[in-house]
Amino acid sequence: MNPYLNIDHVSITFPTDKGPLNVLKDVNLNVAKGEFVSLIGHSGCGKSTVLNIVAGLLNATEGGVVLEGKEVDEPGPDRAVVFQNHSLLPWLSVYDNVRLAVDRVFKKTKSKAERDAWTRHNLELVHMDHALDRRPDEISGGMKQRVGIARALAMQPKVLLMDEPFGALDSLTRTHMQDSLMEIQSQLNNTVIMITHDVDEAVLLSDRIIMMTNGPSATVGEILHIDLPRPRDRLELAEDPTYNHYRAEVVKFLHERHERPKSKSKSTPPAAPKSDPEAEEAEPGSRHLRIAV
Amino acid sequence: MLTAIRSQKTFDTAPLNAVLTFLSGDTLLRLTRGVIEKAVIPFLAIGAFLFLWSAGAAQVQTSLGQLPGPAMAWEQAVALYDEHKAERQKEAEFYERMEERVQKAIAAGQPQERIDRMRERGYTGKPTFFDQIFTSLYTVATGFLIGSLIAIPIGIVTGMSNTLYNAMNPIIQIFKPVSPLAWLPLVTMVVSALYVTDDPMFDKSFLNSALTVTLCCLWPTVINTTVGVSSVSKDLINVSRVLRLSWLTKTVKIVLPSSIPMIFTGLRLSLGIGWMVLIAAEMLAQNPGLGKFVWDEFQNGSSNSLARIMVAVLVIGFIGYLLDRGMLSLQKRFSWDKNAVLR
Repeated sequence: MNPYLNIDHVSITFPTDKGPLNVLKDVNLNVAKGEFVSLIGHSGCGKSTVLNIVAGLLNATEGGVVLEGKEVDEPGPDRAVVFQNHSLLPWLSVYDNVRLAVDRVFKKTKSKAERDAWTRHNLELVHMDHALDRRPDEISGGMKQRVGIARALAMQPKVLLMDEPFGALDSLTRTHMQDSLMEIQSQLNNTVIMITHDVDEAVLLSDRIIMMTNGPSATVGEILHIDLPRPRDRLELAEDPTYNHYRAEVVKFLHERHERPKSKSKSTPPAAPKSDPEAEEAEPGSRHLRIAV
Repeated sequence: MLTAIRSQKTFDTAPLNAVLTFLSGDTLLRLTRGVIEKAVIPFLAIGAFLFLWSAGAAQVQTSLGQLPGPAMAWEQAVALYDEHKAERQKEAEFYERMEERVQKAIAAGQPQERIDRMRERGYTGKPTFFDQIFTSLYTVATGFLIGSLIAIPIGIVTGMSNTLYNAMNPIIQIFKPVSPLAWLPLVTMVVSALYVTDDPMFDKSFLNSALTVTLCCLWPTVINTTVGVSSVSKDLINVSRVLRLSWLTKTVKIVLPSSIPMIFTGLRLSLGIGWMVLIAAEMLAQNPGLGKFVWDEFQNGSSNSLARIMVAVLVIGFIGYLLDRGMLSLQKRFSWDKNAVLR
């Protein structure tokens, strides 16, 4: 079966003053349609590089990315990115920021009135319809990120790429945003790749957590399937043993990698052997068999 | 103190209460401080300057008499204004007389052709100080406008392409420090060679000064636009890449707005330089304007000349200041970053 999104043996090497730096080595990952995947790992391990390669903003030195059977080697609105620092155009209003993307993507397929309605609809989805005329510097950080998400959603991407979308927010705002994202996700069922530093965020939101080894030459370390029923409620889950087990798995991985960066993965059931990740991921449906309790 | 004032409320004397609160609070203190900072201190500084000018000037004897102090300069400023009014009066009278003659000619049944020719004859009095101010403003505006129309597009393309930047950089760096006086002879010769027409729309001297201004005020705008364009946030460029914006849309929607602050910084510098250059260019090109006024007064060498030049110096400075303020308020209008502190 062909996967929806296939990151196929991707390696990337950057030339530096001190010689070539191999940032990613042989990253291999399949993502099913409608799946929510998190990438987690220590700073500087190349998570963002993976995301940028999928986005087409960077080109892999070896390997490639295949989306719905087509190779991607340049950026495009079918892989919308939510940037960590929101990247809204400061001289445009909230509405115009989203409208710019809508106009670009639906210029030929939607009428002017439809594009207006679609822009408003997406801003409603992120609960920002009350501030259409505000400029980015007049709204809070969380609100900016909501607009950033609305802009990305409005492109109706095949894959939504989120680069630490809530990393710059305070923890209370972050929890609100995570709840909002889950709510939106339950309606739209997008395919998402999200980078995060936050273990709770990863477990709460994801179907699968990809844990990356430390760089240089970072790659996929372990993969954890999160088999928790949706909708998920953070308060209920806080005392759920399964949830806490997943949490512990991720924390353990991060700590062990930190101590011994090159150690091999342990033999917990969801752990994918580095050499053979495809067998693990080829069938997303199979993840239900892998409850790691 | 505060409680005493509060108790006034029992008597329900709202206006009195307001006054007392006003006096008790630091509102008055802040107001006073504001007045001192914004009005009293500059006033004192100007007073001190006028005193030093007056005292210093009294010590200097030139071949044209004593160096004029503020009082003499003021006297000449008034005289220049009176001359201007007198000249306007004469002009109005001239046209009145002409109109009378024209009416007579019409009554006498003269042919239309001849009447038109009579009307064409304009007033030929010498330009007053105020006329020269306007000529200068007009000239600098022309030169600056041409310069900006060339500089901004060049800045945009050099800012967007590294190759072009490397190509343009040495050229910009070499021409930037060239003095207007060095350009002027070349400009004069080129204009004389190329601008050959029987019915010139512009005076050559006007073109010479305006083009010299253009050549000198190109560079700050080019450099600042280049810097502004090349320092557009990488994230915003990524946004445009994800959206696959065309080159034109990217430039108009992202690159230009983002570099507007830097473009305006360049324009302000350019206009300042243009205004300085213009005075020098007018002196040499003999374009009617403030520069020519200064030169003529210098050559004239009457006892009033130095005071008149002094007036011109102050007016030139003041106009330069107004031009800069004008650009600043334009910049504030066009800048999306309302929090930026602009001075």
